[in-house]
Amino acid sequence: MPAEEIDGALARRLLATMQLIRAFEEAVRDHFAARHIPGFIHLSIGQEAVAAGLASALERDDYLYVTHRGHGHVIAKGADLKRVAAEIFGKAAGYCRGRGGSMHIAAFEVGILGANGVVGAGLPHAAGAAWALQLQGRRQVAVAVFGDGAVSTGLFHETANIASLWRLPLLLLCENNGYAEFTPLSVHAAVESVAERAAAYRLPAWRVDGQDPLAVRATVREALVRVRAGEGPALVECLTWRVRGHYEGDPQRYRSSAELEEATAHDPLRLFAERLRREGLLNEAEEAELAAQARQAVAEAIAYAQEATFPDPASALEDVLYQPSGAG
Amino acid sequence: MAEKRYVRAVNEALCEEMERDPAVCLLGVDVGAPGGPFGATRGLQERFGPQRVRDTPISEAAVVGLAIGAATLGLRPVVEIMFMDFLALVMDQLVNQAAKMRYMTGGQAKLPLVVRTQTGYRDSAGPQHAQSLEAWLTHVPGLKVVMPSGPCEAKGLLKAAIRDDNPVIVVENRTLYALAEEVPDDDYVLPLERAAIKREGRDVTIASIGVMVREALAAAEALAGRGISCEVIDLRSANPLDLQTVRTSLEKTNRLVIAHSATRCGGVGAELAAALGEEAFYMLDAPIMRVGAAFAPIPFSPPLERAIVPDRAAIIAAVERVLAP
Repeated sequence: MPAEEIDGALARRLLATMQLIRAFEEAVRDHFAARHIPGFIHLSIGQEAVAAGLASALERDDYLYVTHRGHGHVIAKGADLKRVAAEIFGKAAGYCRGRGGSMHIAAFEVGILGANGVVGAGLPHAAGAAWALQLQGRRQVAVAVFGDGAVSTGLFHETANIASLWRLPLLLLCENNGYAEFTPLSVHAAVESVAERAAAYRLPAWRVDGQDPLAVRATVREALVRVRAGEGPALVECLTWRVRGHYEGDPQRYRSSAELEEATAHDPLRLFAERLRREGLLNEAEEAELAAQARQAVAEAIAYAQEATFPDPASALEDVLYQPSGAG
Repeated sequence: MAEKRYVRAVNEALCEEMERDPAVCLLGVDVGAPGGPFGATRGLQERFGPQRVRDTPISEAAVVGLAIGAATLGLRPVVEIMFMDFLALVMDQLVNQAAKMRYMTGGQAKLPLVVRTQTGYRDSAGPQHAQSLEAWLTHVPGLKVVMPSGPCEAKGLLKAAIRDDNPVIVVENRTLYALAEEVPDDDYVLPLERAAIKREGRDVTIASIGVMVREALAAAEALAGRGISCEVIDLRSANPLDLQTVRTSLEKTNRLVIAHSATRCGGVGAELAAALGEEAFYMLDAPIMRVGAAFAPIPFSPPLERAIVPDRAAIIAAVERVLAP
């Protein structure tokens, strides 16, 4: 980012969002380790600046499809932390009534139309939402969040082609954390730059430091000027670092300790807070206060989720279209 | 009421629903200006414009994915998958995505989505263009699957599918596209989960679906000449199955033959036979017989294809077996 003046209030909001995501995911990590949470968990620790920067560049009624590593986006978009936590704990008060869990949180009230357990599968959904917006003459945009692993799926290419051809109001936002599950980019992609691949579909593309929430925000805003003007889709590739494993419990034997240290050194929270202090936009007391607020909100959400009731087993068949005995 | 070909009935259903509801849109390979390979969407792009009748690239999985996203935001997309065999390309979107959305989101998502596709035998379409794969779909909770057996069903079931708030797969039959029948001109809508009795009889019930309804009717006609009275049921829906209609018929006939185009192994007939084995065993005077394709790919060469696919002779043989003393 050029050394332009930073809006202090905005910067503190971004930091607060990142702290909220971090505190939430650390709590989820600990409760999962303590076996309070069933299933499996994918954390975005180290990638919070992407979620915070992206969400701050969107309107409240824009739509998002996110990934299996999607807690951050759901929180940044403004979902009720208690209902997010309740879903992850498998409780009836969760956004999906406990039917989806961590990997499938949808929060329609804040425009999160779904997370996906199948890599790449949500990309055409976002394009379809964009098609509906175009056809209905609405002014919102749809965003597909995906990782570098999804770029190797056929659906990425099919979706990019159609979106470009139909000039859909779609933002393709790639969180390039360098890993497709356990496999590094150098092993899974012939072309390491996702933005470069976008050129094949005449998609204007940006590459940005995904550890810097202001840079993510500014880049997404720039990309969205074209998208909102009806000129077609755009792609933003955020280069980021995944600190935890693919899933919680993944020992990451495929990463060297030096690499893990480097990932930790790119901690977006610490880097951003240091920068704000340098710029005189944040003092230690304010930083501590923001962190305390995040911890408090997370503690309340987790307590709510732990105390909430499990779904009634008698409700397991609700929302199933029919039972196969049919009219009988 | 006028006589219409099956493919015309499909076209009319699409046209009427698009007139009635601006949320209804068509998507698919060649559906626009070309009007589809069989003419099912002919004239619709001209009438409703290229935004609502959209030609797509040969990207079936993405197209069904697009329909899912669009349906989530209130459109009612109708996707054409040119051949049923190509459903293999969209299984993740149908099975892991569309079928799960309502449930997985705790009821937040509503998915009014139709996939039209077609199958057919005896035209040397070959191993990759002639399969009846409906059992793949009926195994999955969250999908409805109907197989119109004639022009009336083609119109009535498709209109009902478009009005349904959930994913419905409509499996048409290309070898019936030219078949003409009296079809109501008015707003003709059939229920998606009800079987119909196509011919009344007292000795044997033939529960059939899709093109095999036609074969069953021909078999019943031939058997009537020999004094054997068959009741022919058009199941219409592969899932949910209308067990009640079949059970009521069995109360009278006590004998059942099931006929479908798909291979018998793991087919809709297997489910129907098993369900009736559980619920209607004591009504039966003979084992349930299933008629279906042999367990082989569908060959290209006409004599080979005839050796594999089921026909009225196979139904007649099955009826004779359930009547054998």
